[in-house]
Amino acid sequence: MSTSSAAPTLHASTWDVECIRADFPTLNQQVHGHPLAYLDNGATTQKPQVVIDTLTRYYQNDNANVHRGVHLLAERATRDYEAAREQVRRFINAASTREIIFVRGTTEAINLVASSFGQRLQAGDEIILTAMEHHANIVPWQLLRERTGVVLRFIPITPQGELELERLPELFNARTRLLACTHVSNALGTINPVEAIIAQAKAYNVPVLLDGAQATPHLRVDVQALDCDFYCFSGHKVFGPTGIGVLYGRETLLESMPPYQGGGDMIRTVSLEKSTFAGLPYKFEAGTPNIGGVIGLGAALAYVMALDGEAVERYEQQLLAYATARLQEVPGLSIIGQAANKVSLVAFVMEDVHPHDLGTILDHEGLAVRGGHHCAMPIMSYYGVPATTRASMAFYNRPDEIDRLFEGLLKARKLLS
Amino acid sequence: MHNELNDLYQELILDHKRHPRNFRDMPDATRAVDGHNPLCGDQLRIYVRLHEGLIEDVSFLGAGCAISIASASMLTEALKGQSIETAQALFGQMHDMLTNDQSTVDPGSLGKLGVLSGVRDYPSRVKCASLCWHTLKAALDGDKDTISTE
Ligand SMILES: Cc1ncc(COP(=O)(O)O)c(C=O)c1O
Repeated sequence: MSTSSAAPTLHASTWDVECIRADFPTLNQQVHGHPLAYLDNGATTQKPQVVIDTLTRYYQNDNANVHRGVHLLAERATRDYEAAREQVRRFINAASTREIIFVRGTTEAINLVASSFGQRLQAGDEIILTAMEHHANIVPWQLLRERTGVVLRFIPITPQGELELERLPELFNARTRLLACTHVSNALGTINPVEAIIAQAKAYNVPVLLDGAQATPHLRVDVQALDCDFYCFSGHKVFGPTGIGVLYGRETLLESMPPYQGGGDMIRTVSLEKSTFAGLPYKFEAGTPNIGGVIGLGAALAYVMALDGEAVERYEQQLLAYATARLQEVPGLSIIGQAANKVSLVAFVMEDVHPHDLGTILDHEGLAVRGGHHCAMPIMSYYGVPATTRASMAFYNRPDEIDRLFEGLLKARKLLS
Repeated sequence: MHNELNDLYQELILDHKRHPRNFRDMPDATRAVDGHNPLCGDQLRIYVRLHEGLIEDVSFLGAGCAISIASASMLTEALKGQSIETAQALFGQMHDMLTNDQSTVDPGSLGKLGVLSGVRDYPSRVKCASLCWHTLKAALDGDKDTISTE
């Protein structure tokens, strides 16, 4: 397959960040006269050259529709498309490629479950969510509530930014049908104790959906070890292309669910009266998929899996500790989200300096950060802030970029207060 | 700091951000309209007291970035005691200056408000400066109680 050359330049157990950075061409540029410091990885990550090359190669050499033609290009495209599915299976250690469904992203994955799994739910059935979800794991359930009258319950959070797990038992009852929870919070950085949550849900026979959009870029995920029922993530946040994402679903559950969309590729036979549906995973993949995106995602995951996962985690935790310490030195700055267990992401507010002004000022220093509500308005209202600034780091960021952030914050403070 | 950034955060804008004028409630307002920019969370309420075609008083409350607060503060300064007609015309000129690349409005003719012309070079910030003007227009037209930039 075309993703076999996806090895990163470095395999050493110590982290050679310069070697890694050389794999990411976008990082090497000037912004407003300064070297770019890209600290907005929570929004989307940069792509390694191998992903860009894989996309180019697909469109230059192999472009064809999948599962349709007998000609050579169609065979090559289909082979690479299915090889990428196998790459995804290994990335999250699913039992079978039948459990890997390609969608546009985390948002579509959750909407698929809300629509298909949700079809069986009735008024009065209950779904447990948390108070730290991205809008993508709130709104589909609210829409389902409007259609069917399901009841939504929320695990509250603490000022630290952790889930109040003591409150979870009281949320379960005989009508609970699903628990949907983020693995890692995009607004706070919190890594949720999903093992404990899944164990409790199992005790009530309640399936669990995990939103892995912010977990997959940082943590090694094993859906069998987790024993979760659905796992969702986005390609663009794990160094892959935009417009492609994954829904993992437990095979028995997916088998029992009705199709999401109807069309080509997802059927076995169609007559004017009735259709029978294809088996998994095709039942949930109607129409021509994002073939280039899938193959590019395969290359991205091959790249990530060739890295030393433990070294990545260690390095990112060092970046987090360093960023946390440096930012705490900034007068008038408060960190939002101080969970004991976090990915390399720091959100904060600053006295007298609005995140929107800060974003503009830092941009002029070559620093890309995100200011806003991070599609998590309920979290903003919990903390009583209209918006925060978020510096989210990947394994290619460097401590000196955090030093520059620190200097930029002091500059902004001097300018605006 | 780069000069272009100083064009955005001019001393006058920073002064209005630090010391917003007419930043108060108005119990006897003819109209109060809320303006909201959901993208960045800016939230303003503009109060006007209208009498015989004149804006007798105008004030605001709210929270937001430096540009949105300074813009609202300068708006109240510019419009207090003016006719509704003048305010409507000024709305048109401000809107044109902020959003039209080929604007023929001379910032110099707008008095202090002209310092906001630098915002046009920051597409992501234009709504910060224009929120208060859209909110004011709704207050003058009397057709809406809330305004959103999205
Ligand atoms: C936790 C979380 N869930 C869901 C999403 C939605 O992902 P996408 O926009 O790629 O569908 C995001 C992206 O911001 C996220 O951070």
